[in-house]
Amino acid sequence: MPVKRLTGSRIREKRLDQGLRQAAVAEAVGISPSYLNLIEHNRRRIGGKLLTNLARVLGVDPTMLTEGADSDLLDQMRSAAAALGGEAEIARTDEIAARYPGWSALIVAQARRIAALDEHILALTDRIAHDPQLANSLHEVISAVTSIRSSASILVTQEQLDADWQRRFHQNIHKDSLRLADSSEALIAYLEAPEATVEVAQSPFEQLENALALRDYFLAPLEEEPSDIAALAQELGLSGPAAQLFDVYAAQYQKDAAMLPLQAFTDACRATDYDPSQLARQFNADFPSVLRRLSSLPTGEGHPRMGLATCDVSGALTFIKPVPGFTYSRTNGACPLWPIFSALSRPTQPIRAEVSLPDASQTRFLCYAMAIPVGAHQFDVAPVLQSTMLVVADPAEGAGFAIPVGGSCRICPRSDCTSRREPAIIGVSAAPGL
Amino acid sequence: MGKRVLLIEDEPNILEAISFILSRDGWTVHTHEDGETAMQKVVGFPPDMIILDVMLPGRSGFDILRDLRGTDTTKDIPVMMLTARGQEKDRELALRLGANHFMTKPFSNAEVRDNVRNLMEA
Repeated sequence: MPVKRLTGSRIREKRLDQGLRQAAVAEAVGISPSYLNLIEHNRRRIGGKLLTNLARVLGVDPTMLTEGADSDLLDQMRSAAAALGGEAEIARTDEIAARYPGWSALIVAQARRIAALDEHILALTDRIAHDPQLANSLHEVISAVTSIRSSASILVTQEQLDADWQRRFHQNIHKDSLRLADSSEALIAYLEAPEATVEVAQSPFEQLENALALRDYFLAPLEEEPSDIAALAQELGLSGPAAQLFDVYAAQYQKDAAMLPLQAFTDACRATDYDPSQLARQFNADFPSVLRRLSSLPTGEGHPRMGLATCDVSGALTFIKPVPGFTYSRTNGACPLWPIFSALSRPTQPIRAEVSLPDASQTRFLCYAMAIPVGAHQFDVAPVLQSTMLVVADPAEGAGFAIPVGGSCRICPRSDCTSRREPAIIGVSAAPGL
Repeated sequence: MGKRVLLIEDEPNILEAISFILSRDGWTVHTHEDGETAMQKVVGFPPDMIILDVMLPGRSGFDILRDLRGTDTTKDIPVMMLTARGQEKDRELALRLGANHFMTKPFSNAEVRDNVRNLMEA
């Protein structure tokens, strides 16, 4: 679900677009630079005369600041164009989204639907190819058909066939025809049964993430033990593979909650300015647990906006809690420069890195990441690594170097990136990484 | 006495039909229904040719074929594979493991007879 970009973020975007200094704009509208900074980071509400004055200084209509196309929507429209190909006017995405927000949302919704259906087709293809029950049913049908065909052919083509053989092959055909009828019915029942599955347009990962998003990733029942995980899964509307994923998620959530009790952890977060390293030391907890816990702090209590991603050693994203502005894409692949991936090459080393996105305002995010081995240690078997990354929005102004990253190569406009794995669809001519 | 064909297949009615056709064509046909003990049967009854189903109880026809090709006394016996799964990858695997021919069910009696004749004459 896209999150509307906030007014403060739009003001910052427009100011940076025009190369205006924060102090100059603040002076022009009669407020202090620090107050404008709070507004730009959505920590102060804005409206009325101040909004009008800011819009005038920035040379835009006030509605552009309050109702302009949000950058998540733009990213998703570009992703849609990337996924579906064709000759969309990518350079005019901004204009289309601003003029036709309804149609734009429809494009995004349809692209998501297509991606989900593609995934479903892949799952069904995989099922047909590898499902043992289906393979056995088909084997039964084909074996019966083969036997009937051979026996019938003998009866028709062998002229000198004595009565005993005739009776024997007639009996075989009769038995196999009954078997064929049964196995055909079983096969049809099997193919028709999972109607509900066919209607599901989301992958189990997405079902889980959407269910968690409805609770803002904070699950009060899991904060206290014991809790009925199966009942909670049902309450969240999860079943099948999504419920299995939830079992794993909930077990981890409970372990993290036991290690980092909510009230004490919340107090410590505020005291340490949400520094995962200090928090890990204070609670004698592992770094990824602290990152997960930070990302599930209840919203509406003044905590910074934080997203989370986990991936396995193949780079596949196994969990995503989005944060506005930081675009993730399962279908188009992620940016290889994200700290979550560099952490895989330095297992157990905590990483702190600022990243900047290629949007107009070069939006910055602070990322913390660490890869750790999961599962039991075994001789002569390489450890299975899992990497976890916390993404914090709106890091403090004036921080150091930020790694220039993107969302995914197909919609990334960076022309000088040596990590590019495929051409962009938005007119990037240079592609040194390819 | 005709040349000896060992038919390894777990479907009794298919066994009976193919045995009948090949017997009428002059072959001495022995049958076996279990994948687990198939290699013992081959060694105990060295045939001139083997017709081998892919899906067998105990062990798959591919595993048996791999053993046949890895054993000095059986590595040169012509093998024709049968399968109900007509997927190209099964055919490729069978041929890569050393099968001499591959037939997909349902097949005609004439196809079985002609392919056995061709393989023995090759």
